[in-house]
Amino acid sequence: MIFKRKNKEKPIKANREIMTITCIFAALFIALIGYIAYFTAFKSDVFINNTYNNKRAGLLAEKIVRGKILSRDGNLLAVTGEDGEGNEIRNYPYGNLFAHAVGFYSKDNGTIGIEAVTNFKLLTSNDIITERLSNDVNGRKNGGDTIISTLDIGMQEAAFNALGDRKGAVIATDVTTGEILALVSKPDFDPNHIDEIWDLVNEDKDNSPLLNRACQGLYPPGSTFKIVTALEYIKENPDPYGYEFDCTGSFEYEDVKINCYHGQPHGHLDLGSSFARSCNSSFANISSMLDRKSFGETCDTLLFNTDIPCPYSFKQSGIDISGDSDAADVIQAGIGQGKTQITPIHMNMITSAIANDGILMKPMAILEIKNIRGGLVKHYDKKEYARLMSIDEAHALKDLMRGVITNGTGSRLKDTNGYEAAGKTGSAEYSKDKTKSHAWFTGFAPLDSPKIAVTVIVEGGGSGGETAVPIARTVFDEYFQR
Amino acid sequence: MVLIFSVFSKYILTFLIAVYSIQCFSVFRHREEKERDGIYLWQNIAMSLIYLISFLTLYLNTKDADLLNFYGLTQLILWAVILLYRFMYPEASKLLVNNMCMLMSIGFVILARLNFAKAKKQFIVALISIGMAIVIPYILKKFKRLRRFYILLAAAGIGALVFVLVFSTAINGSKLNIKIGGVSFQASEFVKIIFVFSMAGILTCMKSKYRVLTATIVAGIHVLLLVASKDLGSAIIFFIVYVIMLFVATGNLLYFIGGLLGAAVSSAAGFELFSHVRVRVEAWRDPLSNIDNSGYQIAQSLFAIGTGGFTGLGLTEGAPERIPVVEADFIFAAISEEFGVLFGICLILICVSCFVMFMNIAMRFNDMFYKLVAVGLAATYGFQVFLTIGGVTKFIPLTGVTLPLVSYGSNSIMVSLIMFSVIQGLYISVRSSNDSNEGSEV
Repeated sequence: MIFKRKNKEKPIKANREIMTITCIFAALFIALIGYIAYFTAFKSDVFINNTYNNKRAGLLAEKIVRGKILSRDGNLLAVTGEDGEGNEIRNYPYGNLFAHAVGFYSKDNGTIGIEAVTNFKLLTSNDIITERLSNDVNGRKNGGDTIISTLDIGMQEAAFNALGDRKGAVIATDVTTGEILALVSKPDFDPNHIDEIWDLVNEDKDNSPLLNRACQGLYPPGSTFKIVTALEYIKENPDPYGYEFDCTGSFEYEDVKINCYHGQPHGHLDLGSSFARSCNSSFANISSMLDRKSFGETCDTLLFNTDIPCPYSFKQSGIDISGDSDAADVIQAGIGQGKTQITPIHMNMITSAIANDGILMKPMAILEIKNIRGGLVKHYDKKEYARLMSIDEAHALKDLMRGVITNGTGSRLKDTNGYEAAGKTGSAEYSKDKTKSHAWFTGFAPLDSPKIAVTVIVEGGGSGGETAVPIARTVFDEYFQR
Repeated sequence: MVLIFSVFSKYILTFLIAVYSIQCFSVFRHREEKERDGIYLWQNIAMSLIYLISFLTLYLNTKDADLLNFYGLTQLILWAVILLYRFMYPEASKLLVNNMCMLMSIGFVILARLNFAKAKKQFIVALISIGMAIVIPYILKKFKRLRRFYILLAAAGIGALVFVLVFSTAINGSKLNIKIGGVSFQASEFVKIIFVFSMAGILTCMKSKYRVLTATIVAGIHVLLLVASKDLGSAIIFFIVYVIMLFVATGNLLYFIGGLLGAAVSSAAGFELFSHVRVRVEAWRDPLSNIDNSGYQIAQSLFAIGTGGFTGLGLTEGAPERIPVVEADFIFAAISEEFGVLFGICLILICVSCFVMFMNIAMRFNDMFYKLVAVGLAATYGFQVFLTIGGVTKFIPLTGVTLPLVSYGSNSIMVSLIMFSVIQGLYISVRSSNDSNEGSEV
């Protein structure tokens, strides 16, 4: 033989190497098992509730009666009953009121709202085991679990009625817990008849009644964005209150010209009065001075261009500010015009964080899950989502937003009964026709230790101060007058 | 009543497989094979009960009497395999025999539930393969000069891969199969075993000056041919097996680290060069955003695993047929959906126990050739299990390989059974030689 075995001359036990390899594989498999357990325990919800997974929901529905959805104080918002022929039907006792907040469930047309988010939880029965066995033996369906939502009927009604027949959205949240108390989007529909009206509402592209405008409607933020611009200015300048500007009704920078609302000059301004009176020229001036890279980073921190912690289906808000941006684009963005788009619920989150000393609580729509007998299955605790700004920055913005009410565009929230509000108005142009604008308001109350944040948008509503502020006031009044 | 049975049976099944898989590891506490016999018997009882309860559940839900015939026949064969090994090869590892039968029986159950015709076909192939494989330990014992033929083995492996690359027609862009006499062969499956033997031969028989270079060239040709066939899963397995065998043969940690770095660099190159690699990585990162195309399989798999939860939906109660190629690459998702994730984790533990046993056998050899063969087969098996389960659970990007002994596939089951028999042959030879030398076991 030409080749002699070498391992006799040089004895290699090699078992140390084999142990090394075995340990590496063991570590790989432990990681794999840990990952699978983690996925199943914490990450599977988003897959389970995906609409593409409807087939499995259908399988569960053959064995389980879909559970109830309740308001926070225990009123029925959705319940499964029977029609005259013994078929299961889903009833919504409040009709249009919770069309988007609770949503609908339809075998043929899918599901939205809390119905969609908790689809599999409603089709899970945590009833006592003996009852489930007895049901199995007798061929009866088990009762699905009950969802207790964070929604408040009084608040929802106040928001719903205040918005009236106008298109838009109203959101009210508890800033200390993240609980969504009211969520209204109009136009709406009656979820009790979703199958009969499906073709009508689904094809109505002009009004899009199925669109949850609060979470999926993307609007130019208009002057409400001055909150972000002001925040960036405060960050960059150690003495922001030394700022001075003389407003002539318009501002020119290179080839951009920015006009104040209806071209009216505001005269001599500091930062507080620029913000309170929502002077476009002054904020265009501020925007032109900002560090664009840092401005872009501040927007990122405030959850632009990324997923927001919204319990409902949502759209990402978009903004385009970076170190490479043109001056013209940044000036437009700084007053909330241009390419910037934001969802009302995102605006509400930024407002909540300002009210809550800079910390955004994770927004939530579900308080508890109980079994059909009322036994607690799961309680959802409030959770900090992220710090969006420092305490000092939040306090500075709070003062600016209070000024809007006391001597600015939000005067319709002055002289309120038993609470002091703060906020920011906006009248966002959305078409070539500069006289048309969406009316915005986003704010919180009480000033000293904020409890709730309310955000309002009325499509084509004109001036935020005139149209949106009174709606917010109705919602604040409802909250503080009981 | 049927529902009660389905509901209860899933808990009992989880309990039984947990008992079984814990015993897989508790045997290592006993040094003497005789002391382990009691445990092996309990394992046999647990696996028979799992098999019985599963088929009873399937029958009660479908009322297909054919299922009971299939159950009876397959159960008899599985028992026969256990007994046959006991009588033909009293020195064989009973743990590996048990695990082999346990994994096959889980495969038969889930295939009978998903597609009864495929379960029958799988059983027939398994039967033929067992018939072939059971003589392997005997052949290995008689044919001790196998190591000298490493050049022939390497040439045969490369030849088979070239043949497939040239003559096969592409399915889904990959050239994997070749039809011979109406039977479809996936060459890379068979070459896996030949490759391990040729590597072991090169690394033990050649002069140390040339062996690392030769091994690298031979392994490189294999891997490149597999990449050219777009069989990336197999290419990765071959590469890892080469790196591990080289490391064990030389004891040089640099080869190991260098090999892993090479794997990382070539993965990155693959990502840049091949669009189908990018598509898979994108599907892995965010399956839900790509659900209408590349992310569909993995999303369906995660729907199944997630909806099944820890305790499963119960046999026949889920919708695993929604997952594409569920019988082969995605079998673990179907098992997790209906038997539950806990059952799935126990299944992983059984596979790990096989891997540990393979390595354990490797460590007992003084003969480097057999040592390397055992290490190579252990790495092939262990890494394939990791790739397939990691892929369907989104732990790593999907590579499209099967779960040995469980997944549907004639080639897969045949090669897996041959691999287990080779290991048995090695175990028998190391036990008989050690017994004569020292009379004790490690």
